[in-house]
Amino acid sequence: MRIICLVFAAAAFFAVPGIALADGSGDPTAVKQSDTGEYYDKEGTPTFKVAADGAVDWYTYSGYRRYHSECHVCHGPDGMGSTYAPALKDSLKTLSYPDFLAVVAGGRKNVSTSSENVMPSFGDNPNVACYMDDLYIYLRARANDAVGRVRPAKHEDKTEAYNKAEASCMGSH
Amino acid sequence: MFRSRASFPLLKRLLVSPKKKKWAAFWRHPKLDNWEDNTMRKVLLATFLGSVAALAAGGASANEELNKMSQNAKDWVMPSGDYANTRYSKLNQINASNVGKLQVAWTFSTGVLRGHEGGPLIIGNMMYVHTPFPNKVYALDLSQDNKIVWKYEPKQDPNVIPVMCCDTVNRGLSYGDGKIFLHQADDKLVALDAKTGNLAWSATNGDPAKGQTGTSAPFVIKDKVLVGTSGGEFGVQCSMTAYDIKSGKQVWKAYSEGPDDQILVDPEKTTALGKPVGKDSSTKTWEGDQWKIGGGCTWGWVAYDPSLDLVYYGSGNPSTWNPKQRPGDNKWSMTIFARNPDTGMAKWVYQMTPHDEWDYDGVNEMILTDQQISGQARKLLTHFDRNGLGYTLDRASGELLVAEKYDPKVNWTSGVDMDKNSQTYGRPKVLDTASTDKAGEDHNVKGICPAALGTKDEQPAAYSPDTQLFYVPTNHVCMDYEPFKVSYTAGQPYVGATLSMYPPQGDSNMGNFIAWDGKTGKIVWSDKEQFSVWSGALATAGGVVFYGTLEGYLKAVDAKTGKELYKFKTPSGIIGNVTTYEHNGKQYVAVLSGVGGWAGIGLAAGLTDPTAGLGAVGGYAALSNYTALGGTLTVFALP
Repeated sequence: MRIICLVFAAAAFFAVPGIALADGSGDPTAVKQSDTGEYYDKEGTPTFKVAADGAVDWYTYSGYRRYHSECHVCHGPDGMGSTYAPALKDSLKTLSYPDFLAVVAGGRKNVSTSSENVMPSFGDNPNVACYMDDLYIYLRARANDAVGRVRPAKHEDKTEAYNKAEASCMGSH
Repeated sequence: MFRSRASFPLLKRLLVSPKKKKWAAFWRHPKLDNWEDNTMRKVLLATFLGSVAALAAGGASANEELNKMSQNAKDWVMPSGDYANTRYSKLNQINASNVGKLQVAWTFSTGVLRGHEGGPLIIGNMMYVHTPFPNKVYALDLSQDNKIVWKYEPKQDPNVIPVMCCDTVNRGLSYGDGKIFLHQADDKLVALDAKTGNLAWSATNGDPAKGQTGTSAPFVIKDKVLVGTSGGEFGVQCSMTAYDIKSGKQVWKAYSEGPDDQILVDPEKTTALGKPVGKDSSTKTWEGDQWKIGGGCTWGWVAYDPSLDLVYYGSGNPSTWNPKQRPGDNKWSMTIFARNPDTGMAKWVYQMTPHDEWDYDGVNEMILTDQQISGQARKLLTHFDRNGLGYTLDRASGELLVAEKYDPKVNWTSGVDMDKNSQTYGRPKVLDTASTDKAGEDHNVKGICPAALGTKDEQPAAYSPDTQLFYVPTNHVCMDYEPFKVSYTAGQPYVGATLSMYPPQGDSNMGNFIAWDGKTGKIVWSDKEQFSVWSGALATAGGVVFYGTLEGYLKAVDAKTGKELYKFKTPSGIIGNVTTYEHNGKQYVAVLSGVGGWAGIGLAAGLTDPTAGLGAVGGYAALSNYTALGGTLTVFALP
């Protein structure tokens, strides 16, 4: 429940999209990092970081795994889309972080005579809700071609703070 | 009371008389339906509708009617053509020497875009065509230029769409007792009057809010309609359920896992590989009450042997995909069941993949044949499992006769222990290199063949008694699989593994269409296909075998050699099953095209190439470069 409230608060707060520079949330360049290992751009939006040797930040790697468990059965491998769900690799080029959170938490319906696309709300599914930022960061990396159609070979370590946050989020259900 | 069959015509008149509707309304009165003590109902039954019992007792049941109808090669009265699931037709007008001249006779757009599995039914001059969600049904009159006689479209909550794991597919209709049966996406079973399309009854089989959905074709045996459940990726405790063909009232429900009274096994009489299963055979193979969210879904095909009076089907993967989270054999997921169709009681069971570590559902069709093994006439059951092994069992006893790889690349097992005296008799030997359980959570196990979609998925194989060969549409895909911890929320995905898929190393083809000898467990011939073959095969007495491809080709090959004799590109990729029928003395071949299903997810964007460098896009062509969505029935004939 806590998660849903947070998500909707965030969605309402940042409802006005920023100026799109590189993707739906602007310039993805990482400027700072939190103790959980999460990077942020200059606007404070979560973002990815890929080192020169190809090592990705923990969130990108975690997002890759969660995406291929929870999302890929509709949205296709590597965010490439399927015969019935959009390629999120492309969606995130225009979709902002707050909008992303709102859609994942609340779902989306696009049912007409020519389409029957329905996305469920994942707000109360801890396997998704606890990993919103991980998913966003991975897909943001895909949208910016910072990560290719492969499993990231190297990644930063999972931090103790991340472990704690994960346990408390997953445990609250 | 109507005791004899002679009174049947009288009852028939009664039922079709104008009074019938009122009668039916009274019969279906909700107060009566919910009446705990249904004495009143029983009285009504005995007094006025005693014919139901008389029908069953007298033998003029839907079973015999259907069995007889399925012998008529001109019709196609059940999803697989016959109770034995052979998908074989005696029609031979179209044969190996003239199939090359095949032409499109007519086409029909279903008006639906998503993945079109299954195929139409043909009964006399009528053809019944189904669609994926919203599950439309069309009745076409073949004698009137395929005019739409009636159309049925249920009102279903669109929220069921995302609860369907792998597209909104539906595998087809069944016929019996003058009704067409449809298993809707929202897990309702509905009976439609075959003449008018009017709703005769509707039964709620499960709750989509808990992840229970309907994708499978219903199956009619005697006075019952059987339906399975989908929801293995949502932690559903899945079951096979039998409904009364007249009233839609539930007769029995057999879960795949749970206490003995829920899974309908007799600890003493139900056997596994010849031995009684014993008490609590399922629950003791799960930790705590994990069986309550244990999966074992039943969305595949059902077969029936009237002489043994046994119904056969398989159960799917245990939930979650993370094997570490559910220690034990997880019985009876991944299991072939032989049950009594009247009571649901299991005669025998055989678990193919104990403690699944790869999502190798055991739901694929059971094909019943009578063949000789070592000079002995045997009643056989052959099954091509997702796990890449082709099994042949004695279908009376459940004795395991053959278990061999039907794709040489299968590498998760070194084979099944066939030594009857061994402790591990009947179990596959799991190789450490492919064990996602051994590697553990958060470890990525690479290069497992087959991938989770199996060496074959639901796309049914065919069997020709002429060649005594099985014709099997297969996937030729491997995967990396990484399990991790997940938590269960009702109605939400409960997956717990990340996977990526690609063709086996050194190969570029992602599918094969093979001929298989079920007696010896050997591939006789194998045709490469660029993509997985996700279409049900058809074998005919004309010596021709038909199947569809994901690019959209309907292909005809020589049953003896596999040589391609004909191909035609339909409007979209084919995941439907090929059907044949005769009308006005002419043989037709029909197939639904309309790409989608799991094939449409994994392949639409092209699979990743594990050998490609960082950042490189897979070198394998994407299916989306070949075909787009759209449901069409294409019907072929000779000029």
